[in-house]
Amino acid sequence: MSEYILQMKDVSKTFPGVKALDNVQLEVKKGEVHALIGENGAGKSTLIKILAGIHKPDPGAKFYFEGEEAKINKPIDATLKGVSIIYQDLSLFPNLSVAENIYIGQDSNKKPWKKINWKSIKKTADKALEELEVDIDPNTTVERLSIAQQQLVEIARALAFEAKLIVMDEPTSALSSSEVEKLYKVVDKLSSRGISIIFISHKLKELFRVSDRFTVLRDGKYVGSYQAEEIDEAKLINLMVGREVSYEKNEKQVETGEVIFQVKDFYKQGNFKDISFSLKKGEVLGITGLVGSGRTELAQAIFGVNKPDSGSLKIYGKEIRIRSSADAVKKGVAYIPEARQTQGLVLEQSIINNISLPILNRMRNKLKLLDRKSEVQLAEQYIKSLDVRPALPNLPASKLSGGNQQKVVIGKWLSAQPKILIIDEPTNGIDIGAKTEIHKLLRRLANDGIGVIMISSELPEILAVSDRVLVMRHGRISGELGIQEATQEKIMNYALNSGSKKNPSEALDDTSRISQGV
Amino acid sequence: MKLSKESVLGLIALATFLLLAVIAPGFLSSNNINSMMFQLPEFGLIALAMMVVIVTGGIDLSITYIAALSGVGAALMLTNGYGILPAIIVAILFALACGAFNGFVVSKIGVSPILVTLGTMVLFEGIILAITKGSSISGFSEGYSLIGNGYYLGLVPLSIVIFAVFAIITAILLSKTSWGRSVYMYGSNETATLFSGVKNSRVLMKVYLYASLLAAISAIIMTSRYNSVKVDLGSSYLLQSVAAAVLGGTNIHGGYGKVIGTVYAVMIFQFIRNGLNLLGFHSSLVDVVIGAILILVLAMNFFSDKFKKIAETKNAGKAA
Repeated sequence: MSEYILQMKDVSKTFPGVKALDNVQLEVKKGEVHALIGENGAGKSTLIKILAGIHKPDPGAKFYFEGEEAKINKPIDATLKGVSIIYQDLSLFPNLSVAENIYIGQDSNKKPWKKINWKSIKKTADKALEELEVDIDPNTTVERLSIAQQQLVEIARALAFEAKLIVMDEPTSALSSSEVEKLYKVVDKLSSRGISIIFISHKLKELFRVSDRFTVLRDGKYVGSYQAEEIDEAKLINLMVGREVSYEKNEKQVETGEVIFQVKDFYKQGNFKDISFSLKKGEVLGITGLVGSGRTELAQAIFGVNKPDSGSLKIYGKEIRIRSSADAVKKGVAYIPEARQTQGLVLEQSIINNISLPILNRMRNKLKLLDRKSEVQLAEQYIKSLDVRPALPNLPASKLSGGNQQKVVIGKWLSAQPKILIIDEPTNGIDIGAKTEIHKLLRRLANDGIGVIMISSELPEILAVSDRVLVMRHGRISGELGIQEATQEKIMNYALNSGSKKNPSEALDDTSRISQGV
Repeated sequence: MKLSKESVLGLIALATFLLLAVIAPGFLSSNNINSMMFQLPEFGLIALAMMVVIVTGGIDLSITYIAALSGVGAALMLTNGYGILPAIIVAILFALACGAFNGFVVSKIGVSPILVTLGTMVLFEGIILAITKGSSISGFSEGYSLIGNGYYLGLVPLSIVIFAVFAIITAILLSKTSWGRSVYMYGSNETATLFSGVKNSRVLMKVYLYASLLAAISAIIMTSRYNSVKVDLGSSYLLQSVAAAVLGGTNIHGGYGKVIGTVYAVMIFQFIRNGLNLLGFHSSLVDVVIGAILILVLAMNFFSDKFKKIAETKNAGKAA
């Protein structure tokens, strides 16, 4: 018997015009947790889709399961070989019960008029949940579960199918830190029982916590596989991008000027309380804190889409009121949301239409009709200055990579010529190259006199870009640090303990969620 | 060369016309062409109204009752001795009041359009019944009947000219104004428009108002042509207008839809209805044929979308 549960050899995949995978290898041992990493666009998803039977590889690829050659032509072939894939945006039936979700697909061969065997459904579910040692009532409907619990249900389903290999695609991206820890334990348990796991994530620290081995892809090519012991973060990053990258410090290049923006006594029940701060010209203000600390709610309150109960705003010393997002645009406040694909962009629409959207009223000619020429010019201007690729103004935003989509959102808001730019998780899900570009851009905007407020969970990013850091905890500002004195430990301490001195290492443990990041 | 959805539909309309010209006796007679031109505008206007609402991802099930109530408004004025212009103004005001009510409940309260307009459909019907006591109002002035029966410059029916004008206005509003752009953007992703400083509720309100305006114009043509108004004025156009909009390429989930597509679809309906009549088909059979064509075209659309999607996933795979 082979020591490998899965061997994929010489996998290539050509899409019209592009070679997405070029002779990629992937070998997963029994019971190991195998990290599959690479920048966005490196070919991870394509490889997984081939494993799942969704895409067909180019001829010449060979698959071996437990040493035996096999063909995977359609999804059911993969399932029968014991492959289960848990996608990022789970694939459960929200209004069915946990037990039904676990069981579903088990008797797909049964004649449709045969009666459902509820007893065996319940037994299957109970057994799978028991194996995971999780406390979920199999009779609850799935929509009432948290994301973390839903993930466990997916894993239980994989167990019910007697999966030997489970692929988890960015499983921790929607989990809180304590949930992440629980997931790690489940992963450990599965691997100790001989089930192999392919773990896809952008968070390197997390990968080092769970993985035994790494396979690195770059630009559709196989870079290599490495034991966790023989490699470290810096090396991994180097392998992924083919060059040494760490966040460059984007230090202040202009003298900080007058106060241009003031938030005073912002309060919204259940969201945030006692929020007062100011922003000076030329400054990038970083706001961080645990997920759920009220950062995003605060930003959206300033922008007018989440109305605060009380509080006031001043721009350049003048008191303003923002009642709606339209108001915010008019008064010179822009907000780039975290959810780029749902809140930031209208995906089906062209880059042009997205960029001109906030300022359609300024795109009109004398007849009050839209002037397509100036719209195209505007889009071309930002495509050029932000280096959006491909530089096709008529391309739907959905066809761009994450980094380029983010550039379009930024372009869209720069076109509105804001005085204040609030940007929420600016580089979430973006590859390292594009991240550094966006960091530089934020600094450049601050130099040009735009007040930049950057919300981020990623502390290295906060430290690399901000001049001053506000830390939020439970809806309040729990600490403020100048960049000279700010360290990850200090920030974490504020994020957790409201500034009181507690053991910081303990604190760190509890916040894997905000400390991690590539 | 790749043809747009709309151009393909235009070719289908042309083909239908040519086919019927060959096989249906009298299809090309000036009499018949004229009668088609008289019939088309009232339905065309309702279809355009429906299309604009569908582009936002909504639907207006009350649209033909708005038209009927608006027609009743005109009829009351005319039968009480007022002139044509006041009657038209009242018809439009009645319709706008209905549209404003729909718009308010949809955009400000946030109830889903299908529920709101289902409710207002019954509501408006009730109001009409209360006013008319279920009978019809008829007997309008000679001048008024010219709107739906007269000729423009003695050449083409006036009503088709009115339709053409409103089709062009609708096309310009949708493709050339910031409101029109916002309508499409809202239909694609209303959260993103909200986060882009678009006044969503104002955009929606105008959509329902504009749809009701088109319904009023249709009502004026219908009342003029029939010389009477009853509670079911134009009610057979309700679901047909949804069909025409969708056949015309409008995405039922919102975000896409063109005036020209809807116009072609309306023409196809008109040609077939008329042609089959000439061929001696029973009217119920005509409905069967139209239904079959609709399903055929939608199935074709579905498959072409599906193939496109498959191609797109491949592209997405490429990117990933």
